Amino acid sequence: MSLGQRVSSDHQLTRLLQIGVVLEELVESRAAHHIESLPPDERATVDEEVEELLAEAATESADHRERLEALIDDLEAETVGYEEINALVDAQYGPPEDTDGVLYDQLANEETAYKFYDDLIEAIEASDSEFAVDRERLLETLSGIREEEKEGVEEVTAIMEQRA
Amino acid sequence: MNTADQYLKAIYLAQRIEDGPASTGTLADLLEVSPASVNEMIGKLEDRELVDHEKYKGASLTNEGLERAHDALQTYCIIERFLANVLEVEEFKDEARALESVIDDTVAERLDTIIDRPDQCPDCFDAEEDCCELLELEASGHAD
Repeated sequence: MSLGQRVSSDHQLTRLLQIGVVLEELVESRAAHHIESLPPDERATVDEEVEELLAEAATESADHRERLEALIDDLEAETVGYEEINALVDAQYGPPEDTDGVLYDQLANEETAYKFYDDLIEAIEASDSEFAVDRERLLETLSGIREEEKEGVEEVTAIMEQRA
Repeated sequence: MNTADQYLKAIYLAQRIEDGPASTGTLADLLEVSPASVNEMIGKLEDRELVDHEKYKGASLTNEGLERAHDALQTYCIIERFLANVLEVEEFKDEARALESVIDDTVAERLDTIIDRPDQCPDCFDAEEDCCELLELEASGHAD
């Protein structure tokens, strides 16, 4: 057991970045599943705004994934492919009841991702270890992604408030 | 998972291993910290009414402590299963221990949406083996 939040090796850093990739793949896959899961009549009435939000979330996650994969490449490791995670999502997927449920799930996605990057940045900053990837580039990439997750939370919250 | 939850989980497991109150020595071994650190944290958990401590016997979880320990162990099981079955990490036990302090409950909940976890989790956690007794391992690792 390891007490205290700190990343102390390349191996541990790699594993955490791999988890980040999976979280992004989850967002991407769930957003796609949400659109497909809505019954056709409801799908037609889903606000353009919500559909756009889900499409944007999927695109943004794909972009985050690529940025994380570039770091993982430098650490000479691999990631689990999107298709594999998509298949796992498919196997366990329970569609939300309605559009509000979709929005709640999207909010949870964005909040979880934000929390993950926030904890990861804190754990890297708390460590004196040298990594095989440049520390400044690492923190810059993760901070950039965290900022976009924060904007994502604000965006979903704004839509939810409008609908309330 | 924060430090308090890691302690509560360790007390829960130690109580199962020892079939009674968790001794400071066992907790220090499980948490890889000094007995003095254990005693200090037990005092804090006692103040928060999560643990009862009896001198020369050891620490026992209160009902509230037990509930939190249960949740913490479930989070740990998710991390272990995710590492073993999704990332196919061979040394998943060691890695789960190294990562648990950095993985938040909300993150574990998301990871839980793609793993297959038995309904009785975390009762099927084997305290001696430090992993779920129902965990089936994949043949080989690919995410290293």
